[in-house]
Amino acid sequence: MKALMFGWEFPPHILGGLGTASYGLTKGMHNNGNMEISFVIPKPWGDEERGFANIIGACNTPVAWRDVSWDYVNSRIGKVMDPQTYFNLRDHIYADFNYMRLNDLGCIEFSGKYPSNLVEEINNYSIVAGVIARTVPCDVIHSHDWLTYPAGIHAKNVTGKPLVIHVHASEFDRSRGKPNPTVFGIEKDGMTNADHIITVSNLTRNTVIEKYGIDPAKVTTVHNAVIPLSDELLSLKRTETKDKVITFLGRITMQKGPEYFVEAAAKVLQKNKNVRFVMAGGGDMEEAMIRLAAKRGIADRFHFTGFLRGKEVYQMFRDSDVYVMPSVSEPFGISPLEAMEMGVPSIISKQSGCAEILDNVIKTDYWDVDAMADAMHSIITNKALYDTLRDRGIEEIHNITWEKAGKKVIDIYNKVIEARK
Amino acid sequence: MKSVCFYFKIHQPFRLKRYRFFDIGNDHYYYDDFANDEIISRVAESSYIPMAETLLQMINDSNRDFKCSLSISGTAIEQFQLYVPEFIDLLKKLADTGCVEFLSGTYSHSLASLEDPEEFIREVKAHDSLIQRLFGVKPSVFANTELIYDDDIACLIASMGFKTTLTEGAKHILGWKSPDYIYSAATAPQVRLLLTNDKLAEDISRNFNNTAWDEYPLTADKYIDWLASLPQEEQVVNLYLSMDTFGSFLPRETGIFDFMKALPRFGKEKGVAFTTPSDVVAKLKPVGEISVPYPISDIDEARDVSAWKGNELQNEALHKLYAVAERVSLCEDRRLKQDWAYLQSSDHFYYMSTKNMADGASHAAFSPYDSPFAAFTNYMNVLADFLVRVEEQYPDNIENEELNSLLLTIRNQSQEINELNKEINNLRNNILNSDDSINAPKEETLEIAEKADIESPAPEKATRKKPGRKPKAESAAKPGRKKK
Repeated sequence: MKALMFGWEFPPHILGGLGTASYGLTKGMHNNGNMEISFVIPKPWGDEERGFANIIGACNTPVAWRDVSWDYVNSRIGKVMDPQTYFNLRDHIYADFNYMRLNDLGCIEFSGKYPSNLVEEINNYSIVAGVIARTVPCDVIHSHDWLTYPAGIHAKNVTGKPLVIHVHASEFDRSRGKPNPTVFGIEKDGMTNADHIITVSNLTRNTVIEKYGIDPAKVTTVHNAVIPLSDELLSLKRTETKDKVITFLGRITMQKGPEYFVEAAAKVLQKNKNVRFVMAGGGDMEEAMIRLAAKRGIADRFHFTGFLRGKEVYQMFRDSDVYVMPSVSEPFGISPLEAMEMGVPSIISKQSGCAEILDNVIKTDYWDVDAMADAMHSIITNKALYDTLRDRGIEEIHNITWEKAGKKVIDIYNKVIEARK
Repeated sequence: MKSVCFYFKIHQPFRLKRYRFFDIGNDHYYYDDFANDEIISRVAESSYIPMAETLLQMINDSNRDFKCSLSISGTAIEQFQLYVPEFIDLLKKLADTGCVEFLSGTYSHSLASLEDPEEFIREVKAHDSLIQRLFGVKPSVFANTELIYDDDIACLIASMGFKTTLTEGAKHILGWKSPDYIYSAATAPQVRLLLTNDKLAEDISRNFNNTAWDEYPLTADKYIDWLASLPQEEQVVNLYLSMDTFGSFLPRETGIFDFMKALPRFGKEKGVAFTTPSDVVAKLKPVGEISVPYPISDIDEARDVSAWKGNELQNEALHKLYAVAERVSLCEDRRLKQDWAYLQSSDHFYYMSTKNMADGASHAAFSPYDSPFAAFTNYMNVLADFLVRVEEQYPDNIENEELNSLLLTIRNQSQEINELNKEINNLRNNILNSDDSINAPKEETLEIAEKADIESPAPEKATRKKPGRKPKAESAAKPGRKKK
């Protein structure tokens, strides 16, 4: 089966969870066998992992004819794309886009990030999608998150193939219930035009059904999985500390519920002095949290690390005794899974999508500071509980694989293709 | 003539309230009164009371031919006394018919038999004395918590003087053997084993209401036919059922009470007698020995003790709890002892089970907690407070043996003081008798009596067995003793 996927991010150049999830899913589907996947991203860098998917760069796709030689194309973009693909694409230009700002190859430039003219970039992406859809044969089209929905719809209209859209997060999760009308419009349009909608959790599924008014029969949950961590990360050494360490790791924003973590920390510190709390990450609420910690009189035991990158994240997990994710609303939330894989017992809010599939964690309501404090205290004082959560957590994570998720997505493909016949 | 023994199990634990770690040291009351009241009242209304009335009617209608036995935990009885006292009256009525045998068991439905033999014996004694006090009968057949049994427990049961015990007819123990005979324990041949027939019991408890079952509907004459058509040599069928099966799991509308009421009549026609375990063992002889090296129970598919001791959390909690068993038994604080009993209930550990966590099976159905981890956290918080209180009684740094000898010394001294008191009184009486003078030695006596009171935390025990005192002597020593 041939699938044409539209994504926005791809490892190693990622800005959020979307890239990791797209990558994991694609690889998992490939490992199920008999899948030929073309993955479109705005701007490939050349160091992406290939082999399981044919990566096509939107920024390397011509939308206007330029008379260039094979050697010239090879010298310009040979690093990221086979020149032959360029010429194949060039044969399928469907309109004259010379009025746009194009480069010497007749391509539109993309930043591949989240620039201020994002809506314009999304629109350009959809123009490029028309060329790609005419060139690359496919049985099904798959769009990851709202940025690529217009591209998916365009490709569907061109090819007549079924469209599956993948909701990694909705505008309602990002904005805490006050959606941006433009974004909402794009999302709603994508959902209406899709043949099937995949959500990353039942929580998100409910949002799609209730807030966007979509027929429940058209929406299926496929929970995310984790890509096993490399041995290098797993073998990181723990920094020896006298005190227990309880960690919050993520963007310090309203969506992640950092203030509940501070309040719970204050409760634990009233009883138990041999514990330190770490808030790792950056965000617009960081200052407010520093102030709150000081107000509660726990600043001597409450530490801020600032934004952590790459290996630092895993070193932080390694140095932690408990990981806490008190998110107010989380479509899925991959970090507790990573914490568990590193052997860190986790406390997560019931309002996060990953709570639906995890057993060996402690789940509390995000607002229930007492329960959260109690769980923290229990894990650091009862070795039996710590050991159980650690050992069973590792075991559990090893059973959550992208192959299984990929299988579910393939089943959905078969269903929508069948329905088209 | 076939004998069928019905055993009805009644147990309710004292469920714990939500107890956070910051309550440790501040709040010494651990129980969720509202939930306990609500649950036992609801179950009593839908199940215990109508079932007891049904049994009473069955006994009366059959001219006392119908007999059965009851296994009730001490914690359940305490809750009945608190919340549903009318049920105690019903039980008394059942006891008065003489057709209902009360089984011995553990007071708090505990796992003491697996953890601490001495505590196990204390639990059984406490249970049996409660039964005797309420119903005027001394239990002679033992049924452990959820029928937990192994070779070691057989010896303990024998040491307490029981000749019969009921346990699970577990397939992996019996192999080709039938549970419908009497066996004897391999390690204590004087103990006879009655084994439950799970198949026939589950036909009632699980299949009675199951419309997908090929034998549905189950009627009383069909059931009696099955019993009557068992091989001639199989003389006793033991049906062990939780009493809340009737009326609660199988609601009244299913006709379960009418099914029960019809049993004695059809039984009489087909030669099936409903009787008590004591009657059965008096009639029948054991056919062979059974050895059970690893403990069995009637819980879960595996019929072992993994429902309570299956993971590290449960083992940790049990270990921490029973580590202070001896301490608690030495102390005299009534509230502490009461909490000790309630905290032992096996249910607390059952809630911590992580078996079948993913498919959320029967463990989750009974648990007041969201997850086994929440159950563990809550229990350990309560236990932490309890351990602090035990510690306050006697400091940790004194070994149990040392403590025991110190307590013994105190008791001996107080006994000695009492002996001396007695002697002084005797002497004083002699003086009184000979002299007729009244006031002289009295002050001195009082002083000594008071001193005795300060030194000894337990003068009552020490003095209880003192040989016959003269009435006058007692009244003289009274002011001191009364203070306790």
